[in-house]
Amino acid sequence: MLARVLSGDFPRSRALAVALVVILVGLALAPFIVPGTRSLTVAAKVCVFVLLVASYDLLLGYTGIVSFAHTMFFGIGGYGVGIAMARMDSTWGALAIGVLVSLALSAVIALAIGLLSLRVRAIFFAMITLAVAAFFQILASQLSGITGGEDGINFKLPEALRPATSFFEATFFGVAVNGRLVSYYLVFAVALAFFLVLLRVVNSPFGRVLLSIRENEFRSEALGYRTVTYRTVANCLGALGATVAGILYAIWLRYTGPDTTLSFNIMIDILLMVVIGGMGTMYGSVIGATLFVVAQNYLQDLMKFASNAAQGVPLLPNLLHPDRWLLWLGLLFIVCVYYFPAGIVGKLRAAKEKP
Amino acid sequence: MAAPEHPVLETHGLTIRFGGHLAVNAVSCAFRPGTLTAIVGPNGAGKTTYFNLISGQLKATSGHVSLFGEDITPLSTPQRTHRGIGRAFQLTNLFPRLTVLENVRLAVQSRAHLGRNLWSMWGRHVELIERAEHCLHRVALADRRRVIASALPHGDQRKLEVAILLALEPEVFMFDEPTAGMSVDEVPVILELIEHIKAQGDKTVLLVEHKMDVVRSLADRIIVLHQGELVADGEPAAVIASPIVQEAYLGVAGDT
Ligand SMILES: Nc1ncnc2c1ncn2[C@@H]1O[C@H](COP(=O)(O)OP(=O)(O)O)[C@@H](O)[C@H]1O
Ligand SMILES: [Mg+2]
Repeated sequence: MLARVLSGDFPRSRALAVALVVILVGLALAPFIVPGTRSLTVAAKVCVFVLLVASYDLLLGYTGIVSFAHTMFFGIGGYGVGIAMARMDSTWGALAIGVLVSLALSAVIALAIGLLSLRVRAIFFAMITLAVAAFFQILASQLSGITGGEDGINFKLPEALRPATSFFEATFFGVAVNGRLVSYYLVFAVALAFFLVLLRVVNSPFGRVLLSIRENEFRSEALGYRTVTYRTVANCLGALGATVAGILYAIWLRYTGPDTTLSFNIMIDILLMVVIGGMGTMYGSVIGATLFVVAQNYLQDLMKFASNAAQGVPLLPNLLHPDRWLLWLGLLFIVCVYYFPAGIVGKLRAAKEKP
Repeated sequence: MAAPEHPVLETHGLTIRFGGHLAVNAVSCAFRPGTLTAIVGPNGAGKTTYFNLISGQLKATSGHVSLFGEDITPLSTPQRTHRGIGRAFQLTNLFPRLTVLENVRLAVQSRAHLGRNLWSMWGRHVELIERAEHCLHRVALADRRRVIASALPHGDQRKLEVAILLALEPEVFMFDEPTAGMSVDEVPVILELIEHIKAQGDKTVLLVEHKMDVVRSLADRIIVLHQGELVADGEPAAVIASPIVQEAYLGVAGDT
């Protein structure tokens, strides 16, 4: 049973298994463990980014495709839902239309990019994705009548997902059963389901072909695999994963804007999460996304605390000032890449496999 | 020498030009089933390039390749592979970070047309695993199945290259210096295997090989390439004895 759910891809390291179970249980019970609005947003963001990073790893880690268009597909999901909900009405029907249209649009664009440019050299493909993603950013800010420009779109969700909607008078283990709770579990369940789908895909015969393309595309062709087709399908699947993540993020935030979806800063974050967690392992995206999102949200608090504590010591309070958090994250990243070139998951698995 | 059957593989005026250099120049040749043809010639003669033109890694400047009477010149490498052309490479060409077994299974899976299956678990295709293990067994690599390919010693990597070719179950086997760089005790496994394939009687075997004793014992026919041109073709004894071959190449190649 468990083998089926995990597609036969077990953590293969006790430490990794423990970490994954802790993260899974933590996310499943987040509304009860950390009921505050801010903490719950962090938990939801972890769910969204696990899916976003996993779908990127399908491209980068499994197939060896370098794409910079992942945030574009993330944005298509977010804007699809945002525009549908804001311009039509806040019903389930509008939500469904937004979801379907954004998935279809992503699939078509990913297919087009794939067919037009996956034949060419990897560097050229990376440039094309960069150009298309930049074009989309400009489009989103120029068509402000539809997209809300730099301000983005605030929108209302269907009744059942609104925070003000209460389902019971009483609370459940001290937590109000309202639209907020339902939204969280919607995000959690869909992200988990799609993560497991990706896990299955990478462990299927198709997934092995992707690995063979990453390892030696020339040889893969000689074995009889039309690699352009495989890479294009992988590109579409990755794009759809990102779109679903974008849809979930928009639903959680009840907002879509350039900074929450299309920004290249997010693209860089995704790259960091993939590398920190470990390329070419789906579990790496869980570890990478969780560490990164939690650090991003709590490192500043920690630093404020440390900075205050270090008052009076020369230089140190300045260095620990919360505004320097990116510097510290960068340092953490360098240390991570230096000590775990195969990512945290690679490190844990290697430790286990050594006799 | 030549079996009475129709040729399986034919090249007609096959030519490729790199800039001003004709690496393969108007080579016409037919290969019959049950026959092992050795292709010899000095380094740079165009043997590997000739193979690349047949298996599709390179596109011919002019000329044709046909397989079972069908013109396959316009077909891509994967299409040619599925039609029965199998190739082992001169320079070891593996999936370095996958295990030995995974390397072979990828070939078995291609043969079984299972690559497009997105939803079954790779680990559950027992018949593919068994088939792959059988191929490894035939090259005496079964006990290394869990090793990462790049960690294998050179001789074992050459064997793996051959195991992958076996797994494709082709009609035409193309070996490009399969024993180069192997230690003396590893060579017989590969030679017996090639002999066995030939003995099946319905397979066509092309072998590029420098070791003259190997060629003499295995080949039914030898063709000689020189500067991209086919300069001699015939029974091994006759070709080896022919004066231009003797003096120009085989004297040199025979030592290596
Ligand atoms: N892709 C290529 N581009 C340019 N020249 C090539 C290419 N491949 C082979 N050649 C040239 O073609 C000639 C034949 O090479 P090759 O077929 O490898 O010889 P052999 O296998 O007989 O030793 C050599 O002169 C080589 O430099
Ligand atoms: Mg050669």
